[in-house]
Amino acid sequence: MSFEPKIVAFLCNWCAYAGADLAGVSRLKYPANIVPIRVLCSGRIDPEFILHAFRNGADGVFIGGCHPGDCHYIKGNYHARRRILLTKKLLKEMGINEKRLRLEWVSATEGRKFANVVSQFVEEIRQLGPLEAKK
Amino acid sequence: MKKKIAMYWGAGCGGCDVSLLGVHEKLLDLLSVVDIVFWPCAMDFKYEDLEKMEDGSIDIAFYNGAIRTEENEEMAKLLRKKAKMLVAYGSCAMEGCVIGLANLYGREEIFDAIYLNNETTSDGKVPSHELPEFLPVLKTLDSVVKVDAFIPGCPPPAPVLEEALNALLNGETNFLANVALCDECPRRDSKPDKLEIKKIKRWHAVNDDGRCFLAQGIICMGLATRAGCKAECITANIPCTGCMGGIDGLSGTSTISAIASLIDGEDEEKEKEVIESIQDVIGTFFKYSTAKLLPYGRVKDES
Repeated sequence: MSFEPKIVAFLCNWCAYAGADLAGVSRLKYPANIVPIRVLCSGRIDPEFILHAFRNGADGVFIGGCHPGDCHYIKGNYHARRRILLTKKLLKEMGINEKRLRLEWVSATEGRKFANVVSQFVEEIRQLGPLEAKK
Repeated sequence: MKKKIAMYWGAGCGGCDVSLLGVHEKLLDLLSVVDIVFWPCAMDFKYEDLEKMEDGSIDIAFYNGAIRTEENEEMAKLLRKKAKMLVAYGSCAMEGCVIGLANLYGREEIFDAIYLNNETTSDGKVPSHELPEFLPVLKTLDSVVKVDAFIPGCPPPAPVLEEALNALLNGETNFLANVALCDECPRRDSKPDKLEIKKIKRWHAVNDDGRCFLAQGIICMGLATRAGCKAECITANIPCTGCMGGIDGLSGTSTISAIASLIDGEDEEKEKEVIESIQDVIGTFFKYSTAKLLPYGRVKDES
């Protein structure tokens, strides 16, 4: 059986989640490998959430937030950007390929961008193969 | 009737055994209400003595140190059987502590560094016969047996220990403080309302001005570490490294989250520079909890 990556996507309520919705209503196609989880802000995502996803069987974690400057809570996405940078360093030291964690800015109008980046990410994870961190 | 207690050491440094003496004269009060039935570090006991005891006959068994060898694991299981209450004593038993950092490496690499290729060894060889098997990863006590209570700290500081012993002797297992160390930090008043870190500095390279360590750009784990130790390290002008563990979950991930959001990079490039300057993420943020972060050892995902 071919490998189907499992990807957890944390999407912010105001931009990326709305973007994903738009991709849906616009009938754009993207792979069904992502499990979207709506959070109020990308700044809500604790590194613990990301590790929890990896520990429990995710092969990749996708984080979607508002473009810089557009955060509904003014600065949440900047916090997310720094946290993801540091979390990537942590993943590297843990032996997990940092490419398995991806942060993208998707606005509520960018349904097409959402479909594109998710498709790209799924392909990338498919190339990387399954993550053996789970047990 | 006096309560029967036991203390055993797994893979640890012995500091935990000594810390029990750190309560000073209160130890005499303790000894008036308990009988020590097993404490190999301090008194002459053999494993057979423990085996001969009836199941459940020990009231409280303290286990310090982590599970590194088959022997540690066997003893943990034996103590669990003999004791009504099993307590993980100290950071090693609770979170794996400093020796848990070994989970970043495989068995071969560890043996190589210890017995074969290091500065002070010539013609080294790996001991092989009649020794308990060295487990592939270091485990915490609660990953091997059911644990009833945890006493954090490396080793448990006297105030924490006193409170824990009092509670345990009264049958209570829920005695840990649920606030962060900042709450009892002597430097808390110097913490600015808005913390901003423009540059990460290392403790030894800074001329400490007595303000909050974070305000000086030094990584301090106090903001996500459990209080209770009365800020012993900070009082000695050393930033907190998190031996008391996290308040809810791992202190490391919470600190990463907090420190990263305190970084004021002005722009993306500057931000990257500051974050890149943080050396050794696991050793800094998971110094005491690597065994919890990597319970199965380093992930093999190189590509």
